[in-house]
Amino acid sequence: MPNKTVTYAEAIREALREEMRRDPAVFLIGEDIGVYGGAFGVTQGLIEEFGEERVIDTPISEAAIAGAAIGASLVGMRPVAEIMFFDFMTLCADQVVNQAAKIRFMFGGKAKVPMVLRSPVGSGTGAAGHHSGSLESWFTHIPGLKVVAPATPYDAKGLLKSAIRDDNPVLFVEHKLLYRTKGEIPEEDYQIPIGKGEIKHQGKDVTLIAYSIMVPRSLEAAKILAQQGIEAEVLDLRSLRPLDEELILQSVRKTNRAMVIYEPSKFGAFGAEIAALIMEKAFDYLDAPVIRLGGEEMPPPYNPNLEKKLVPQVEDIVRSVREMVI
Amino acid sequence: MEQKERILKMYEMMYLIRKYEERVNSLFLQGILPGTIHQSLGQEACAVGMLFDLEANDYVVSTHRPAGHALAKGVPLRSMMAEMFGKSTGCCRGKGGSMHVGDIRVGMPPAIAIVGGGLPIAVGLGLACKMKGTDRVVICFFGDGASNEGAFHEALNGAAIWNLPVIFACENNLYAASTRVDKVMKIEHIAERASAYGIPSRIVDGMDVLKVNEEARMAIERARNGKGPTLLELKTYRFCGHSRTDSCRYRDKKEEEHWRSRDPIHNLRSHILQEHIADEESLQVLENQVLEDIEESVQYALSSPDPEPEEALKHVFYGE
Repeated sequence: MPNKTVTYAEAIREALREEMRRDPAVFLIGEDIGVYGGAFGVTQGLIEEFGEERVIDTPISEAAIAGAAIGASLVGMRPVAEIMFFDFMTLCADQVVNQAAKIRFMFGGKAKVPMVLRSPVGSGTGAAGHHSGSLESWFTHIPGLKVVAPATPYDAKGLLKSAIRDDNPVLFVEHKLLYRTKGEIPEEDYQIPIGKGEIKHQGKDVTLIAYSIMVPRSLEAAKILAQQGIEAEVLDLRSLRPLDEELILQSVRKTNRAMVIYEPSKFGAFGAEIAALIMEKAFDYLDAPVIRLGGEEMPPPYNPNLEKKLVPQVEDIVRSVREMVI
Repeated sequence: MEQKERILKMYEMMYLIRKYEERVNSLFLQGILPGTIHQSLGQEACAVGMLFDLEANDYVVSTHRPAGHALAKGVPLRSMMAEMFGKSTGCCRGKGGSMHVGDIRVGMPPAIAIVGGGLPIAVGLGLACKMKGTDRVVICFFGDGASNEGAFHEALNGAAIWNLPVIFACENNLYAASTRVDKVMKIEHIAERASAYGIPSRIVDGMDVLKVNEEARMAIERARNGKGPTLLELKTYRFCGHSRTDSCRYRDKKEEEHWRSRDPIHNLRSHILQEHIADEESLQVLENQVLEDIEESVQYALSSPDPEPEEALKHVFYGE
């Protein structure tokens, strides 16, 4: 089958459309997702095909959006909720953390919560303190939640399909700067399994462990590093929880060096978990301490130059790898 | 069912809830049960009046004070009691305890113990009922305290604009834990809040099961016929503390006496005798049977196995 080129946003839309065609239990719920097509245009055209019964525009009520998704999923529906900005996850945190994640367990396994919560993270759009957050680490801490964060159109479509068909609550972390990036996807149906990472670029000197926006940045850095004689392997986690531990350990055992690259503020974020994992399970293979290259310890600023400083850029990755390897 | 028979069934269920709660309380005081309890003594008419006419495939969403709702919705007594003991035969396999009882087979998801947290979930259940084209309805219990949560606002507004078959049943027992409702609200009746969402509401005597049931039936009928949500404010009182260790120092003794004189079970019993719905002897037979059932459930719980240690990590994710 021939491949086609689509954007990350289009890939997500295709997954939504195909899953809604396949299964009448799948529906969308969120703010401005109907005629408006979502704050980032992801759901454009879906209300025209599926109607307002299955593409439900909501009030600005994040707790009601998440709660409605939970309630509906408890009795056989498969809702895909959109939270317009990941910063707004704070407004439905009770529903996600206390309800969606725990209901199955508290009920002794006698219910399931097959829902997806899509939401975009990330700075880089000049949206400042309340619309640029990357809070995905918080939710990886919650047993009962799955968290995925694809970096490419191909992975986005395949992972979203898996998330919709999964019988657990899945947080689907999108990135604003990725929406317009392009990539190839096949015409036929496919899924990317949740919990499986991928080596996006082979190398032998150091493993760059990344997800979401940091994957293309790490690939870019790897190119530059190659010209300088450093062969960096780029490992895309794709899923944060469950985590593909084996892939991480295999790669580190090969390269003997690891750098974890992520957008959230460095302190207490997901990268520390990866670093600890490597320390616990591949310590003897390490030629250098595991490095965390995370975001700065500050809220997202408005000024573009300040904003750039918040998050690791390609040149930061190149510089840090050189310091580590040479 | 004839009205006389209905009244006797309601009495039986209220009596069961009362005696269940008392028995559970004594087991706690003896140190036999772990954890804590939030009991519904005094509020039995709310649970029974609201849920008496629901079908098994209708839904109820409950709170941290769920025992009455669960029994009235048909969660088996044995599985309730076993859950109090944390046994593997409990309705949550010993993983939920007193605040999360339920049984999806009788239309009750686990009780939601975050105050106000159940309200948005009830909206989701109602949404699913509507999307599937069924005539099922949802009754969502919450307290006076929950009506001060943001989730209350979001849920009622959502149910209103989507015209969902959800009945919001506010058990106003005058106290959010220790805080009296008039200290945290400038209005006298929570029912007034419904008008802000375009939802009809009624103020109901929550100590009179027949009055509660009459209003419930009208609200259920509305919801079944696609006419949308209703808010019922049930004026009630808990005869016990907020939780196990609460001695109610914040409540006026005269106020307590006043409400105790309105005991919904005692008053219904008098009504039954006065109206010759049943005689003393047959009521005693009925009551003794309830007490026997409760003792049997305690024995069942005691003889049930604890969950195996390896059960601990199960049920975090589906499919593992």
